[in-house]
Amino acid sequence: MAGTADSDRRVGWYRQMWTIRLFEEKVQELFMSGLIQGTTHLCQGQEAVSVGSISAMQPGDVQTNTYRGHGEALALGMTPETGFAELMGRSAGGSKGVGGSMHFIDTSLGNIGANAIVGAGLPIAVGAALSFKLQGKPHGALTFFGDGATNIGTFHEALNMAAVWKTPVVFIITNNLYGEYSPQMTTTATKDLARRADPFGMPGIIVDGQDVDVVHREVSAALERAKAGEGPSLLEMKTYRYRGHSRTDPAKYRAPGELEAWKLRDPIDILGAKLAEEGLLSADAQQQVRTEVQAAIDAAAERAAQSPVLTLEETRQYVYAD
Amino acid sequence: MSTLTEAAPVATTEPEEVELTYREAVNAALEDAMAEDPTVVLMGEDVNADGGVFKTNIGLPERFPGRVMPTPICENGFMGVALGMSITGMRPIVEIMFADFLPTAGDAIVNQLPKYRYMSGGQFTVPVTVRVMSGGGGRFGTQHSATAESWYMAQPGMRIAAASSSQAAYELLRASIRNNDPVLFFEHKALYPRKGPVRRGTIADVGTAKVLREGNDVTILATLLMVERSLQAAEQLAAEGISAEVIDLRWVRPIDLPTIEASVAKTGRLVIAEEQWHEGGWGATVISELAMRGTPWKSAPRAVSLPHDLLIPYSPTLEDEMLPSVDRIAAAARESVGR
Repeated sequence: MAGTADSDRRVGWYRQMWTIRLFEEKVQELFMSGLIQGTTHLCQGQEAVSVGSISAMQPGDVQTNTYRGHGEALALGMTPETGFAELMGRSAGGSKGVGGSMHFIDTSLGNIGANAIVGAGLPIAVGAALSFKLQGKPHGALTFFGDGATNIGTFHEALNMAAVWKTPVVFIITNNLYGEYSPQMTTTATKDLARRADPFGMPGIIVDGQDVDVVHREVSAALERAKAGEGPSLLEMKTYRYRGHSRTDPAKYRAPGELEAWKLRDPIDILGAKLAEEGLLSADAQQQVRTEVQAAIDAAAERAAQSPVLTLEETRQYVYAD
Repeated sequence: MSTLTEAAPVATTEPEEVELTYREAVNAALEDAMAEDPTVVLMGEDVNADGGVFKTNIGLPERFPGRVMPTPICENGFMGVALGMSITGMRPIVEIMFADFLPTAGDAIVNQLPKYRYMSGGQFTVPVTVRVMSGGGGRFGTQHSATAESWYMAQPGMRIAAASSSQAAYELLRASIRNNDPVLFFEHKALYPRKGPVRRGTIADVGTAKVLREGNDVTILATLLMVERSLQAAEQLAAEGISAEVIDLRWVRPIDLPTIEASVAKTGRLVIAEEQWHEGGWGATVISELAMRGTPWKSAPRAVSLPHDLLIPYSPTLEDEMLPSVDRIAAAARESVGR
């Protein structure tokens, strides 16, 4: 992995992936206890996509993601406490508790949108990228969306506009094989979604979404191209979500053995094995990371629960700016 | 039509009155806003081609290179792009060629623009102005003739303006562009050639209606083209000894209830003149609000609207019959005063 990132950084990624994994597991637990309500769309199994991509961003770059966006938000630096507070509807949440699970947003970290409408984040990212271009700023934008989003109009509209205007944006498909409850092949007439870049004359690249090093390398290259004025790219991350679509989905539509097969290529294990082999983080040290992260997650959830809830009247200020 | 750039003088600190068509007034507002603020850009289908489809943008691409940007035909997409620009330092104006196209951007209008700030806990401001070419009378048929000013009125997070004259077009558009929240700004296609005085540099207050003609017997409340027709109806009525007060609503969200209430307190009678169906529109909302406030009516409020359960036809004869006329507005006012 020489040249992709320095060793400390990759150890940091390992910790971040555990943070995301254990955060999502904790969400599940808090749901059972009633501290979190409504719905959640968890991302266990997709950590390498979030961490590998977000780590390619430079200061000033922005991204939009989706209702399955906890991974990106945490990778950007949102603290677990802020995330839990948001999930508990409390004022210490990133969106003051009015946003909820589907809207982990922090503009100061470059997180300019987590959208509950499939496909809606793509044009917003194109707009941000266009804005940078018009203002002569050296920044770029990433936009994360699922395989299901490649069938909605805004996907095609956004890719077309980005290609016509050569905006510095990178489109990232987190292809976890299912659009909500439906396997990709039952809804989508294209096998490799990266090919959907072809009609727009932009690179369409299939990426191993389980290997954070590969993800980081490909997103970095695409973002660099985009910022150099060479146009946008479409990256298809082949990955898998361990949980169902949302809280109420037991994922009975999966083929027997499918989940187990993907777990053999778990993104945290893949990086962990490499770090151990390269002598950067021993198996014991990895266990230590996991223990520390778990403790931090548990403490964060406890603190988040202490945060007050705004009054409805206090949220009025968030409706209009003027 | 004279060229707009010749007709429009450079804005001065002391606003002086000039005679402009409604189209030129829109052009002047765009020009002054773009000159004032370098982050203002105009985007939409064909906006830079020959002045745009309704010639409102003449001269702007030359004066502001790169800031008048044609988009592909994808309203939902480019409305989302505008949102993305607005939260990263720009102040985009989006042009929607026909109001009827607004629902193709339904997600952007319903779920994105008005909600984006709120669901982030106030982290964003979304200064997007959506200019909408609206209205009937152009023989454009069923899918190109809507006014649409009430379609999205029940949405917190959104402002909605409707311009009835050159001055209104100028000052309301300036106010919309300066506003830090998303605004749907409605222009009426039939009004583009109308001439009127404009004080350049004036910026309208958000949420204020305007009494255009004072009267004591009946209040007529209207938007867009119906304002002109209401004023003409008031002339007819005056000749018959009926004193009509005409109010231009100007803002569909927020509705200026105090101004309307004050007028109705005086006249006790209300005629809504609206180029839309009555159900679920601002006219019905005004009547509902006044009823809930216990307004003491002298006679039941009336609405002159598009005929119930009919759609706007192409046939010129039929379209004219469809749209509320001066005569129908005057007739409703007469009925309300018992004449």
